[in-house]
Amino acid sequence: MFKIKFTSCSLLATIFVATVGLAGQAAQAADKTLTIYTYESFTSEWGPGPKVKVAFEKTCGCSVNFVSVADGVALLSRLKLEGAGTKADVVLGLDTNLTTEAKATGLFDASGVDVSALKVPGDYKDDVFVPYDYGHFAVVYDTQTIKNPPKSMKDLVDGDPSQKIVIEDPRTSTPGLGLLLWVKSVYGDKAPEAWSKLKKRVLTVTPGWSEAYGLFTKGEVPMVLSYTTSPAYHMVAENTDRYQAAAFSEGHYIQIEVAGLLKNAPDKELARDFLRFMVTPGFQDTIPTNNWMMPVSATSQPLPDAFGKLVNPSKTFLMSSEEVAENRKAWVDEWLAAMSMN
Amino acid sequence: MLLTKAEMRRAMLGGVASLAGIVVFVGLAIIALLLLSGASSILTVVLEPYILWVLRFTLWQALLSTLLSIAFAIPVAQALARQPHFPGRIWIIRLMAVPMGLPVLIGALGLIGIWGRQGVMNSVLLKLGTVEPISIYGLSGILLAHVFFNMPLACRLMLAALERIPGEYWLMASGLGMRRGSIFSFIEWPVLRAVIPGIAGLIFMLCATSFTLVLTLGGGPAATTVEVAIYQSLRFDFDPGRAVVLSLLQILLTALILGALSFLPALRDEGMTAGKDVRRPDGGLPGARLVDGSILLFAALFLGLPLMSVVLAGLRSDLLKLLREPIFWQSAATSLAISISAAILALLISMTLVSGRRAVLLRRPGASGAGAFFAAMGGASSLVLLVPPIVLATGWFLALRSFGDVSCVAPLLIVAINALMSLPFVMRVLEPAFVVHKRRTQKLAASLGVTGWVQLRLIDMPALFKPVLTAFSFAMALSLGDLGAVALFGSDSFVTLPWLVYSRMGSYRTSDADGLALILGIVCLLLTIAGTTGPTRREVAFHG
Repeated sequence: MFKIKFTSCSLLATIFVATVGLAGQAAQAADKTLTIYTYESFTSEWGPGPKVKVAFEKTCGCSVNFVSVADGVALLSRLKLEGAGTKADVVLGLDTNLTTEAKATGLFDASGVDVSALKVPGDYKDDVFVPYDYGHFAVVYDTQTIKNPPKSMKDLVDGDPSQKIVIEDPRTSTPGLGLLLWVKSVYGDKAPEAWSKLKKRVLTVTPGWSEAYGLFTKGEVPMVLSYTTSPAYHMVAENTDRYQAAAFSEGHYIQIEVAGLLKNAPDKELARDFLRFMVTPGFQDTIPTNNWMMPVSATSQPLPDAFGKLVNPSKTFLMSSEEVAENRKAWVDEWLAAMSMN
Repeated sequence: MLLTKAEMRRAMLGGVASLAGIVVFVGLAIIALLLLSGASSILTVVLEPYILWVLRFTLWQALLSTLLSIAFAIPVAQALARQPHFPGRIWIIRLMAVPMGLPVLIGALGLIGIWGRQGVMNSVLLKLGTVEPISIYGLSGILLAHVFFNMPLACRLMLAALERIPGEYWLMASGLGMRRGSIFSFIEWPVLRAVIPGIAGLIFMLCATSFTLVLTLGGGPAATTVEVAIYQSLRFDFDPGRAVVLSLLQILLTALILGALSFLPALRDEGMTAGKDVRRPDGGLPGARLVDGSILLFAALFLGLPLMSVVLAGLRSDLLKLLREPIFWQSAATSLAISISAAILALLISMTLVSGRRAVLLRRPGASGAGAFFAAMGGASSLVLLVPPIVLATGWFLALRSFGDVSCVAPLLIVAINALMSLPFVMRVLEPAFVVHKRRTQKLAASLGVTGWVQLRLIDMPALFKPVLTAFSFAMALSLGDLGAVALFGSDSFVTLPWLVYSRMGSYRTSDADGLALILGIVCLLLTIAGTTGPTRREVAFHG
């Protein structure tokens, strides 16, 4: 059965490839294959994917096959669309806001990985999903324009409305949802009032992180909602201190990225091996300067100096996945109402 | 009888087949989505105050954008038509094709480079003494961007119509000593009035389904289109039923509005001509040259400055490094393959629809069933723009998942979706040209007994070569810049250029993205250059 499907697939692919004169993707030679669904920036040539593949293939006697979609949310949608028929053995790249819904699909199995030694702020523990990196949300600013960056969420909300910030939309993007939860964590029931004040400083709300960060680096707006680790990219890859994250005294909301294995994976032991490998240096080494996030366990080399200069949040906010799943709609509506008022 | 019975039947069958193809392609996707979720109550979605409010904003901004684009395009198209020898004229026309092929986000960043808070306009104004920077974020930004993307489209289609005016009209106008006002009201306006509804309808639909521009330049969630709500319901909420209901709502309402404004494309008689190229009498006067020159200069700046900011950003990137990357060539090849296939498919479907529509008209112009069929073929090819690609892609993904690995048919689906999305554009280029051509040559061809292959080679090919080429380059540019459906299927062996642009932007590499966007823009320009060459005379005379 599988064979037939494979053949018809390669036939179609061949027709298309032959028509356009592209080189076909050679079929994998190894007998064991581990299929990992993930997001696109993980598998891009500068992402962790290629290195992870090489490192894991050395030990597993298998070949790793990545299938990537746009981002973590698209990953969950893809799983829901495919249901039990999914080809994924491992899904890598959901964040803690999505795990309740991911579990509700009934497609995931307990990881069986001992996560007690992992260092993740906010004490995230789960028997299904294994964290592999994290980052705190932060307001990143341009030091050439902003001389007195906000020192707290309150500063940001009450600050000078002519100094603008660009944020992401919580209806369409994970950083947007992150900010929503951050403001909720700080202000609680007073969140709508905070939003209607912050609204005056918001230049615009973009559908995703890329648009917002593009506006920021083009100099259109001096502040953007991003991660505490963003300045590390500019320091390491571009050798500039120009962009910095603002430390907020109330604390920062965290995004933890996780992976899980699927019940229907034909070789569950292999999938489990991968999850175990994920928290060892072979995988973790690739996280800081390829995914620009913080590793969850020791890396074989100390982190680059730039990481020492990053904001280290005094307090971490993290709501439980259940709480987010339960309230997300109501909170987004609340945000909509506050941000749409004139 | 202008068509033989067999020709007539063939044309009708072709039209029916294409219409059925479109309906089935869209219908299956929608059914698959509904089967997964069970239809959520249409009424509850419609009655949500939030959705009503979003609908109102969607239609309001689309209406304003359309009016502005059309109002701006009329004088520009007139000036271009009046001044065939204006220096750089061909380049203005070619420039007009570029916004269409650019990924929307890149176009938006180009606009911001000029009109943004830190843009050229504000620095000029600041020097002139204004204190506060003018802000485009909000409705004004949305309108600006929509005019930037759609005015050129309107202008090109109007220009094509003006250039189809038979030379005899100009001889007559000269002979009668007609002035500018009379030329406009007796010659140009009747021609424009006939094409404007179709063009306006197209732009209205494009603006009603706008997404990235509305969010990025809208300044906040008060600016939200139904398309955003559809996207939202397929993302975090994952409620395909709601997505379908919202899509249907969007299609229905827009169709009603377009129908009420009779914005759906109509056919109209165009005069007979011997096809002689005649110089217009109104272009040479010094006053006319000055006015037209200023209009063209203004339009060129309006379009050119944001594009220039895209070019400058692109030149700052490491282009040589980008060109050395294998992934660039791989994605360029994939993009070209997809856009060529999509353009061919769109041309084929359009040709069958155009011939089908014409056959219906010739056969029984008065019959009511025929009228409905005629309208259905025209309407389906237009309204397909209102079905969000993400809905089509998700629906087909669901429909195909039980048959095996969907990612292998992904290229075919993306080609089909892109072809459908470019159909309305291709139709608007091809149909008028085809109808005029047939009207001018059919009787003579029939009387000479020239049919079939010979007719195609000797009569149709030379005259229709140029519009077909233009339509082809239109369709190709459109699908080159499209990110749409790829995002859902994306896998590592299947990367397109716009996907690469977004992927670089999504991982801090803005400068790479700028460079790739520049390359994409150049490819679109090359395509248009190909689309605007060919026989230099407007119509090739019948010389069989």
